[in-house]
Amino acid sequence: MIVFLIYAAIFGLAYLAYRFWERTRHHLHDFTSLKTVTFGDESTVAPNRFASVISIIALFAIWGAFTGSVITPLHVPGPFVGDASFTYTARNAAGEIDDATVYMRVYRVGEEVPLPETSADQTGFAVDDALKIGAWRSVLSRPNENDVGGNEDSYSLIAIDGQPIAPGGTVRFSDGDVTMTSKGSLSIKPDKGWQMEPIWLPAPEAVVSRLGEIATDGYKNVSLWEHLGYSLGRVIAGFVIGSIIGIPLGYAMGLSNWFRGWFDPIVEFMRPVPPLALIPLIIIWFGIGEEGKVILLFLAALWIMTISARAGVSGVRISKVHAAYSLGASKWQILRHVIVPNSLPEIFTGARVAMGVCWGTVVAAELVAADRGAGMMIVNASKFQLTDIVILGIILIGIIGYGIDILMRIAEKWLVPWKGRG
Amino acid sequence: MGDLVIDSLSMRFDLPKGGSVQALKNVSLELAKGELLAVLGPSGCGKTTLLNIVAGFLAPTAGKVTLNGKTVTGPGPERGMVFQQGALFEWMSVRRNISFGPDMAGHPASQTRPIVENLLRTVGLQDFGDKMIYELSGGMQQRVALARCLANDPDVILMDEPLGALDALTREKMQGLVLKLWKETGKTIILITHSVEEALLLGERLLVMAPRPGRIHKEYRLPFAEMGVGRDLRLVKKEPEFAERREEILGMIWDMEEEIMGRQEETA
Repeated sequence: MIVFLIYAAIFGLAYLAYRFWERTRHHLHDFTSLKTVTFGDESTVAPNRFASVISIIALFAIWGAFTGSVITPLHVPGPFVGDASFTYTARNAAGEIDDATVYMRVYRVGEEVPLPETSADQTGFAVDDALKIGAWRSVLSRPNENDVGGNEDSYSLIAIDGQPIAPGGTVRFSDGDVTMTSKGSLSIKPDKGWQMEPIWLPAPEAVVSRLGEIATDGYKNVSLWEHLGYSLGRVIAGFVIGSIIGIPLGYAMGLSNWFRGWFDPIVEFMRPVPPLALIPLIIIWFGIGEEGKVILLFLAALWIMTISARAGVSGVRISKVHAAYSLGASKWQILRHVIVPNSLPEIFTGARVAMGVCWGTVVAAELVAADRGAGMMIVNASKFQLTDIVILGIILIGIIGYGIDILMRIAEKWLVPWKGRG
Repeated sequence: MGDLVIDSLSMRFDLPKGGSVQALKNVSLELAKGELLAVLGPSGCGKTTLLNIVAGFLAPTAGKVTLNGKTVTGPGPERGMVFQQGALFEWMSVRRNISFGPDMAGHPASQTRPIVENLLRTVGLQDFGDKMIYELSGGMQQRVALARCLANDPDVILMDEPLGALDALTREKMQGLVLKLWKETGKTIILITHSVEEALLLGERLLVMAPRPGRIHKEYRLPFAEMGVGRDLRLVKKEPEFAERREEILGMIWDMEEEIMGRQEETA
């Protein structure tokens, strides 16, 4: 919630700052600034690249601020780390009252630290305690165990730092809270601050250093590139086979009523079945090896490619076919020179969708069962609370998915420049 | 010599819900080589159906079409067709669009190239041969469509509202081009149009069709096409006879439309 509010505040401030900066820059009002004529015209709303850059910076800044990262100068308060102490007051069976101090050393998990030293002079029955506490953790302290006569029934703790306490009560000391349990022990919770613990959300640099580590050493004896390469290879294999079968099938369905009638029920039934729903059956039939994955992705791509090829063929303007006929073209020539090129834009749209679906499906299939692959990497890492690898995997999956789409768009622009301009 | 003979054509379309529509009834006409026939009529009078039958895209329910003594049984390169728009191939350059017919017939490129270059000049696109279709304006696209049709050297050119989608100024220029091509090539042309003015300007012969069933209502022989060759078409429009004919035909079509509306109200 706090994160969301901070994010909204950054959004608003960045917008105001940008508007202010722009206003000082141009004094002339052009047609875009006087958007009365073009208001609501979608084509006039092009993404503001400043906003995109600030958006990405803001995301990383928030991530860094909440994880105590080195990439941001400002951080939200982190967990208390260092030495602290509080003094408790106890009453023994004889009715005497004595004070002792609990010394705590709060350290970052993973570091080696010695116990804090207690003060040398010990008078009275209450004896000082020394504790080590990991940051974000809490510790149960039993002051009675080393106090003289602490195991007697009528021994009791009555105050902490001068504030009275009873079982179930909570008292604040300088750097945290102390709660007394019903059995008279003290549960000590040093302040956690607002930052996230690395096992929930590691800092950006931790993710990057983990990238360096698994890029060189690999994860689970398989290099990172091999994990990603396997996922990508499965997608490409499934997509290519799906296209090789789906496109001719779509053409046949678009050109012959027999093919259309025969395959329509199958295609129309299979199209709405999410490929993820096929994973269990594929595992039963083909196991968890490569064969099953490729068949799953083939099925994910097949229907999309079939339908887009069919739409490409049926979408041809009848006047184009008529024109070709009256220019003396034969049926085969029309198929090759008119129908196939005319269907390419539709097929490319289908290919982009199919690649997206295949990429999503392969990751999901690897989450369920695989011995390597991007999905397997993150699900395996999550079992060991290796959150940095999980986040790294998600980012890499996102980047690759985005990269595939960009490549498909470039290919589309290059191969079917007439798309949308018929 | 009757080059193109349309012999008592009838066309009946069955409706999917039962019943049928008589799109053409007993239409007969003869065209000599080199004649330019404009066909005019309210929507639903069967003029496009007539053209599609001559082109061979539709088989008539009765009657037949013969060209140079041969009965039309399907589309063929001797009957070229120019469509309103969207019939060019966007994936090809202007040059390849124009040479499509000869290429499909397997003519060698060395033989086709001079024809294409010549046609590019004729339609005024000599600098646009390597452009793609989507880079051209609507008027230029129709010039390509005309050139593509001519490259195949057909005996008859069928034009289905070729200038219907153009703006008024471009349309006027293109009308001049159609007249010029007609005179230079001596092709037989059937031109379908919605515009009375265009029909009068371009039609050496003018056929007014009436709807339900589609039939020939009246036929004219007009002097304006001959007058317009090589001249400013606006001068032709100023002729008193032109204005007179225009009013006459407009009135005729107006009455037909009224009658259709009346009949629809009766049935409704």
